[in-house]
Amino acid sequence: MNPTDLSAQIACRFPSLACLREPEDLLPYSFDGTAAYRQMSAAVVFPTNAREVADLIRWTAQEGAPVVTRGAGTGLSGGSLPTVGSLVLCLTKINRVLEVDARNLTLLAEAGASTADVAQAAEGAGLFYPPDPGSMKVSTIGGNVAENSGGLRGLKYGVTRDYIMGLEVVLPDGELVWLGNKCVKDVAGYSLKDLFIGSEGTLGIVTKVLLRLLPKPAEKKTLLATFARMDAAAATVSAIIAARIIPCTLEFLDRITIGCVEDFAQVGLPRDAEAILLMETDGHPAAVEDEGRQMERIARENGATSVQIAQTAEEATRLASARRTAFSALARVSPTTILEDATVPRSELARMINFIQQTAAKHRLRVGTFGHMGDGNLHPTFLTDERNHDEMGRVEQAMREIFDFAIELGGTITGEHGVGMAKKPFLPKAVGDASLGLMRQVKRALDPDNLLNPGKIFD
Amino acid sequence: MQKPPPGTTRDDQPRNGKQAGHLAGLDFSVLQQCMHCGLCLPTCPTYDETRIERNSPRGRIALMRGIAEGQLGVTPAFGEEMYFCLGCLACETACPAGVRYGELFENARPDVEEAGVLSGGKRRLVRALTLRWVFTRPRLLRLVGRLLYFYQASGAQAFVRRTRLTRLLPKTLRELEPLTPRVLPRFSDALIAPVEKPAAATHRAGMLTGCVQDLTFSDVNRDTVDVLLANGCEVVTPRAQFCCGSLHAHNGELELARELARRNIDAMERAAGSLDKLDVIVTNAAGCGSHLKNYGHLLPDDPRYAARAARWSAKVRDIHEWLAATGWRRPTAETPVSVTYHEACHLCHGQKITRQPRAILESIPGLKLTEMPESTWCCGSAGVYNLTQPEMSQTLLRRKLKNLAATGAGVVASANPGCTVQLQAGLRETGSQVRVAHPVSLLARAYAKEKAEPGS
Ligand SMILES: Cc1cc2nc3c(=O)[nH]c(=O)nc-3n(C[C@H](O)[C@H](O)[C@H](O)COP(=O)(O)OP(=O)(O)OC[C@H]3O[C@@H](n4cnc5c(N)ncnc54)[C@H](O)[C@@H]3O)c2cc1C
Ligand code: SF4
Ligand code: SF4
Repeated sequence: MNPTDLSAQIACRFPSLACLREPEDLLPYSFDGTAAYRQMSAAVVFPTNAREVADLIRWTAQEGAPVVTRGAGTGLSGGSLPTVGSLVLCLTKINRVLEVDARNLTLLAEAGASTADVAQAAEGAGLFYPPDPGSMKVSTIGGNVAENSGGLRGLKYGVTRDYIMGLEVVLPDGELVWLGNKCVKDVAGYSLKDLFIGSEGTLGIVTKVLLRLLPKPAEKKTLLATFARMDAAAATVSAIIAARIIPCTLEFLDRITIGCVEDFAQVGLPRDAEAILLMETDGHPAAVEDEGRQMERIARENGATSVQIAQTAEEATRLASARRTAFSALARVSPTTILEDATVPRSELARMINFIQQTAAKHRLRVGTFGHMGDGNLHPTFLTDERNHDEMGRVEQAMREIFDFAIELGGTITGEHGVGMAKKPFLPKAVGDASLGLMRQVKRALDPDNLLNPGKIFD
Repeated sequence: MQKPPPGTTRDDQPRNGKQAGHLAGLDFSVLQQCMHCGLCLPTCPTYDETRIERNSPRGRIALMRGIAEGQLGVTPAFGEEMYFCLGCLACETACPAGVRYGELFENARPDVEEAGVLSGGKRRLVRALTLRWVFTRPRLLRLVGRLLYFYQASGAQAFVRRTRLTRLLPKTLRELEPLTPRVLPRFSDALIAPVEKPAAATHRAGMLTGCVQDLTFSDVNRDTVDVLLANGCEVVTPRAQFCCGSLHAHNGELELARELARRNIDAMERAAGSLDKLDVIVTNAAGCGSHLKNYGHLLPDDPRYAARAARWSAKVRDIHEWLAATGWRRPTAETPVSVTYHEACHLCHGQKITRQPRAILESIPGLKLTEMPESTWCCGSAGVYNLTQPEMSQTLLRRKLKNLAATGAGVVASANPGCTVQLQAGLRETGSQVRVAHPVSLLARAYAKEKAEPGS
């Protein structure tokens, strides 16, 4: 069906469904948080409940119309980029937090609820939802599930997957299913909900999410260590983990990133440092006190030029939120900002960081690197200009080398942002033929006509 | 990285829109700065109400970029979108990438005006009445003000409102009537002498009386002068000042804005001898302040005015900013009152002034400051927005009033005449007893009280 017919038919068949069709309305939905991809859709619809989603999908499946699910469009791999002639299904109007169950420590939310709303609702009940991606004020919980997003607390608390107890999903043929429940233990059949976590909208549309919560940690301590050399920061991370401490946060910023964040947030980061480590430990007050002291000592022993301890909760929040803006702040430097997501086993971190720096120098590129050091998840960010074709060529070459090296070290091409469009060319090498073949079989089994987010992850 | 595949973006677009000169002339780095991370979305009042990307900073920037790159023409829908934006600049504060939204937006509206894609009787009337006619002529503005005053003071307004005689007005005018601000009997020139000196002056200040401020809040101007005098400033106040031009600049009338800037510079130079003879040029109206600081950027190519405009910009300070920078005397008399502070967009986002007004309020003994939720959220006034987009404006006003009521404060402090008119209208409508006052007026009253109760 051609795009005009598709949108006209929707207006006629689903009169109560909000639907955008004009170019001025569609253009703002022609991209997500990923640099340089743009593609117009045929229409954007805003269902308000799961039933509407199911009815719509049953119809689009019959018509053979491709559908791209979109949360807040903060994705960093082009996952919610429309495909040609597709219908964008935007979930931001299905956004209620439905229930916080303090007896079972669970929270039920609609997929379009923002991560921050979920975290706040949990906190309101004295509970804790740990995954906190940098985009959490905007990103939807459904998008977090679809990308299996991480955050700043991954080292101790894991990623989104570790908190999913159940999902309501609309399947590619329009059927509405519930997967999972509030039971801590459940081995009745395949764990199907896990299939949809990290599936990037290619297998089904998540409409509700049942999350596991934790008691809120009683105490938290935030430290900021400054280093004159990057490898000293990496050594500190290794030493902390070797000392059997699992802090909730071990985030680092390099010099370029520090400057950009400071330009925006003015939190007093030391601009002359080569690296800073943001470290956070939480839990029982006595343990927090002890671990905080140990981390300070270890940082100093490994060459930290200064270690600052946040004196108030506000100061701690300010430091952490400054870190959250690192990626966007890097965009100050140059017109085009391309973020990578290479991840290696923690033990290989120092080698990976060195390699990134050498590769950038070799190709005469500006790269700001920050990331989740405790998770081995780095975000080398290329500061470039899409009009400069020669430089863009070098960026692609450098990216390829970085991915190859990450794979060589037993790592992966993406730790948390997903494959989408951006990592598609690198997937075969990262996972191998057998694994990729299995992914294709799963996709064919669930979505034989290739209508949900076609062309993402693999062709 | 990858180019969009052929046959997609560009060719889907209508080509019937008009060419865009201002946006297209912008530097690529300004247009391209937005990396669409979306971190601004939760701070945008219009997006928060509609949840549609087109009504968000990220969406609007995408449209502007589309126009600058020729992917989209200046269409009526684009024009409407540019006027649906409040220009509150909350997105600039939120944006880590340093996107200069204000600059983009100020270039988009002239493109819309020049393309002539927006029409409609009410729009034309509002623009003609306000931008082109009244706000460019100080004497006319005063005449209108005088007539309004008699309309209000004679009881005619109350009568007209009570008997709903407004029904006899044409619809467009009828909608405007409730928003006409309450005009004071005397304007600034009658209340403020051309030069006023304290016992011992340490600074010399040029005083900007504004236009709306002058008509409806001339008492705030008097209070400002009193506070300056109390803090050792000699105050020079040019007669019959012109509108600063912010309404014009924000509404796509850059040429008029330039002309008003030139006249204001002339007037201040005449009154003060030369700009160099002033330590500061003071404004107490947030919306004017952020524009007045921008004269240098407005007239960079004017051979006669460029240098003077730059000097002007360097000297303009918001009154709170000036007092905080030079130090102000803490009043001694007790003023027991509970106050909450509403942040004018053009103070907190436009000029990044947030601490100073609060510090001034808190320096008043007995004054209890309670923070309202969403204090930086736009109240919907936004220049002439309350006239051009009454629905969204009312929605935002209701939200503001709810947040205000939650504090239980008896006074809401507001440092922008537009916000004050809007808040007063809203409070009147809901029958609330809460008063609106400029922080500087509260300070002036506290000083005055010292004189009334010497020794306290
Ligand atoms: C400034 C910034 C910081 C970030 N920080 C982090 C970080 O720390 N950690 C991290 O992991 N990521 C981070 N991200 C990436 C991004 O925010 C996450 O991937 C997030 O989960 C995307 O959510 P979204 O709602 O924006 O989804 P979208 O971008 O709209 O969509 C992402 C993908 O999910 C699919 N999808 C969305 N909703 C659903 C649904 N309900 N059902 C099925 N499929 C769906 C889409 O089709 C698409 O493939 C960051 C992004 C930005 C811009
Ligand atoms: S304006 Fe700034 S915050 Fe908003 S999407 Fe663009 S870069 Fe991000
Ligand atoms: S200026 Fe205000 S209304 Fe306009 S896009 Fe920015 S935040 Fe939204």
